[in-house]
Amino acid sequence: MFEIFADQPLLPTIWFIVIGILFCGYLVLDGFDLGVGMLMSRLFSKTEKERRLLLNTIGPVWDGNEVWLITAGAGMFASFPFWYASLFSALYIPLTLLLVFLILRVVAIDYRGKQNNPRWISTWNTLLSLSSFGIAFLIGALLALTTTGIPLNERGNSIDIFAWATSPFTYLGGIAVVCFSLIQGLAFIALKTDGPIRYRARAVQRPLMLVGSAPLLIWALLLQWKGESAGMLSYILCLVGVLGLILGYISALQGREGRSFVGNSLFVCGSMLGIFLALYPTVLPSTLNPAHSLTVTNASSSPYTLTVMSWVVGIMLPLIIGYQCWSYYQFRQRMKVEHIPDAHDPTELGESNQAVTHRSRQKEPANSPKC
Amino acid sequence: MDPLTIARWQFGITTVYHFFMVPLTLGLGPLVAFFHWRYVRTGAERYKRLTKFWGKLFIINFAMGVATGLVQEFQFGMAWSEYSRFVGDVFGAPLALEGLLAFFFESTFIGLWIFGWGKLKPAIHATTITIAVAGSWASAYFILVANSWMQHPVGVEMKEGRPVMTDVWAVLTNSTALVTVPHVLAGALLVGGAFLVGLSWWHLWRRRQLGIDTVVDGKVVIGERSEGARDAEDFHAWRYALRFGAVIAIAGFLGTAFTGHAQAQLMIQQQPMKMAAAEAACEDGTSFSVFSYSIDPSSQSCDHLTTPLEVPGLLSFLAYENFSEPVPGVETLLKQYQDELGTHYPDDPERFGQMAGQEITYTPIFEITYYGFRGMFTFGGMSAVVAIYALWITRKKGMGTVPDSRWLKNFHLIALWFPFIGNTAGWVFTEMGRQPFVVAPNFQEDTSVMLFTAAGVSPEVSGGTILFSLIALGSLYAILAVVEIYLLTRYVRAGIPAAMPELVEQHEDSDENSNNRDVLAFAY
Repeated sequence: MFEIFADQPLLPTIWFIVIGILFCGYLVLDGFDLGVGMLMSRLFSKTEKERRLLLNTIGPVWDGNEVWLITAGAGMFASFPFWYASLFSALYIPLTLLLVFLILRVVAIDYRGKQNNPRWISTWNTLLSLSSFGIAFLIGALLALTTTGIPLNERGNSIDIFAWATSPFTYLGGIAVVCFSLIQGLAFIALKTDGPIRYRARAVQRPLMLVGSAPLLIWALLLQWKGESAGMLSYILCLVGVLGLILGYISALQGREGRSFVGNSLFVCGSMLGIFLALYPTVLPSTLNPAHSLTVTNASSSPYTLTVMSWVVGIMLPLIIGYQCWSYYQFRQRMKVEHIPDAHDPTELGESNQAVTHRSRQKEPANSPKC
Repeated sequence: MDPLTIARWQFGITTVYHFFMVPLTLGLGPLVAFFHWRYVRTGAERYKRLTKFWGKLFIINFAMGVATGLVQEFQFGMAWSEYSRFVGDVFGAPLALEGLLAFFFESTFIGLWIFGWGKLKPAIHATTITIAVAGSWASAYFILVANSWMQHPVGVEMKEGRPVMTDVWAVLTNSTALVTVPHVLAGALLVGGAFLVGLSWWHLWRRRQLGIDTVVDGKVVIGERSEGARDAEDFHAWRYALRFGAVIAIAGFLGTAFTGHAQAQLMIQQQPMKMAAAEAACEDGTSFSVFSYSIDPSSQSCDHLTTPLEVPGLLSFLAYENFSEPVPGVETLLKQYQDELGTHYPDDPERFGQMAGQEITYTPIFEITYYGFRGMFTFGGMSAVVAIYALWITRKKGMGTVPDSRWLKNFHLIALWFPFIGNTAGWVFTEMGRQPFVVAPNFQEDTSVMLFTAAGVSPEVSGGTILFSLIALGSLYAILAVVEIYLLTRYVRAGIPAAMPELVEQHEDSDENSNNRDVLAFAY
């Protein structure tokens, strides 16, 4: 079962797994942030208070969750500079869009409530949903393309900067992560809120799981069929993923929200690690010529660098998981719409903005709906 | 379109923009943490107001810093893939360490702090902001270790054409990093201090303008007004912030001066050309140029350079702490660089693009290094002078306030930008002064550990593609700059109630509302 690791260098293999774990951590954690972001669209959340409730469920934690992506990227740079350089330069345009969406999401979360003005709020709300969708889609595309290949030449550079646009895997991976994020977001909302929105989240989650898990399953199965190292270990990981999915679904039917969330998380971790391992020792296949593919051997940093980094990650990752758990524990309470205080415009409370306030009051009737 | 030029513009624009947010985060963070600890220790209302108000601005700015920081990490691989491949073994490590040892702390604990009011025990709550700030300072350290390695590569040896890390301790204690880190942090404190001075000045002035405070016989008579919670405590909070900020700004400036001096001395050894270009010193000499100009504005050569005003001996003092030892000039250094590293780029278009086979210009652009260097310490110094003035004018214990002068108010609002300009000028100087190298050669060690900027860009990424991202990110940044300044202005104008609505809403608070606050002390 572990024979695929024989004759392969140890440290790069460890780091291959570390990168996989970091991406899984990102998908599990920021997955629900992205899902909640998308669900703040008017299609799911009915009132402004519901949207604010949703934003407050992820409020204290989304920033820490996003760091999993930053660290996955930086870890890739440190441990596999050739993988990082080839992948990121080949996907120049989608990554530019990803950056735009990542920036917009941060700003939308932070600025959305900074002024109590319906147009301001709905603009940032739309940008938040849109950027959450964009991030999920493009992260999925990035992961799908690194597992299915890019036309790399002998120097490790993509000869076609638009290759991603014509690859079906861009769309498969993109939709897979969007669907997963929605499922994860719904499971998280059901777990963290109470009241009508909790039950609405449950009601949407169940049917969505039946359909929305398909793209990730197809992607995982495809790699098991085509991947050069697909074997017992990657099958088992995929099986864990499928069992996680079943657990998530059954728990959702039973209304066991915590277990459903765990099941979904197992689903994405098992499938993703199964996908990654099916390729091993390749990290980024070349669709032009297998000889140009990047592997754990030819793309990795020196043993010295990897040793140093292994020590740090070995000590820090458990600590990080520990204090992030503590942070979740601090904010473990379920929230209801009734907990959300009335919105006010902080900037209108100071005397110096009175002129502004008077003007805006004149425009709107006194009993204009406060959002 | 030349990808090299556009990629450099993109890196420059995105990094300068990012570094408007970063020093404010680094500089304001410890001040907010200080206020918070004072509040926890003394329970004084004043510190609570200071914590909440400056914390609010800190958070608005923090979000922008995080958002623009993402671009930095991605664009090495996107636009500079050859650079990433070359340096990855040694440069990637501090970036990954930054994630593992700094960003996770920073981001997780900032969330705990924002939402922790009334939820965490006071001392634990103050600890969360302390950890978040410590994380931001740690991230500054790691990223400056990475940058210092580009200025002065150490701890590596060349294997198969690439530097391979052999000594991580040497990288982490690179002499360049050890002087750069305190320099940057001191510069950030100057930013934070000047920010407090400028905005507190405005509020104190505003109180006078509204007729709340008056000055009678050279003593301030503090008034009160319920609108905007402009009570006596409000006055004391602003005055405290102004004077505290001024002290921090002065300390920050002194810190930049001492560490800057140490940096210059190292730079003479490590990157002599950058130092000579900072002085526009063509010949070897001991004089510090007070004013130099060239009649050929696009020139990177010494042919038309004139220095009408200089201080003999000062440059040697700055460099070697004596008045007679000549500092090598551009002409001398140029020969050294050419002898050591060749006169032309290798004729390899795959690696050097349009620069292949061209003559290497070892001199940075003098206008930028010369004025960048001077802009840095002039704006830093002016900021310190402003802080000293603010401290002096508000002296007399508990009795001083700011003059009722519109002109001075406007001046102080402008002056809070001085350290930002100084920081930017310093970075433009040190990064442009490193050219034509992206990894500058270390003349004390293996000079083959170096990379020309021309050889760092992504080979198969066209100029048009990079232009697309430059326009996309550039226009997004421009819009966000407008939004951020608009929001910050509104929050600043509203004053402390913007961060503490309870000050003006007390009467409306029903029982139900206060129960809610137990679950959600802070809500988006």
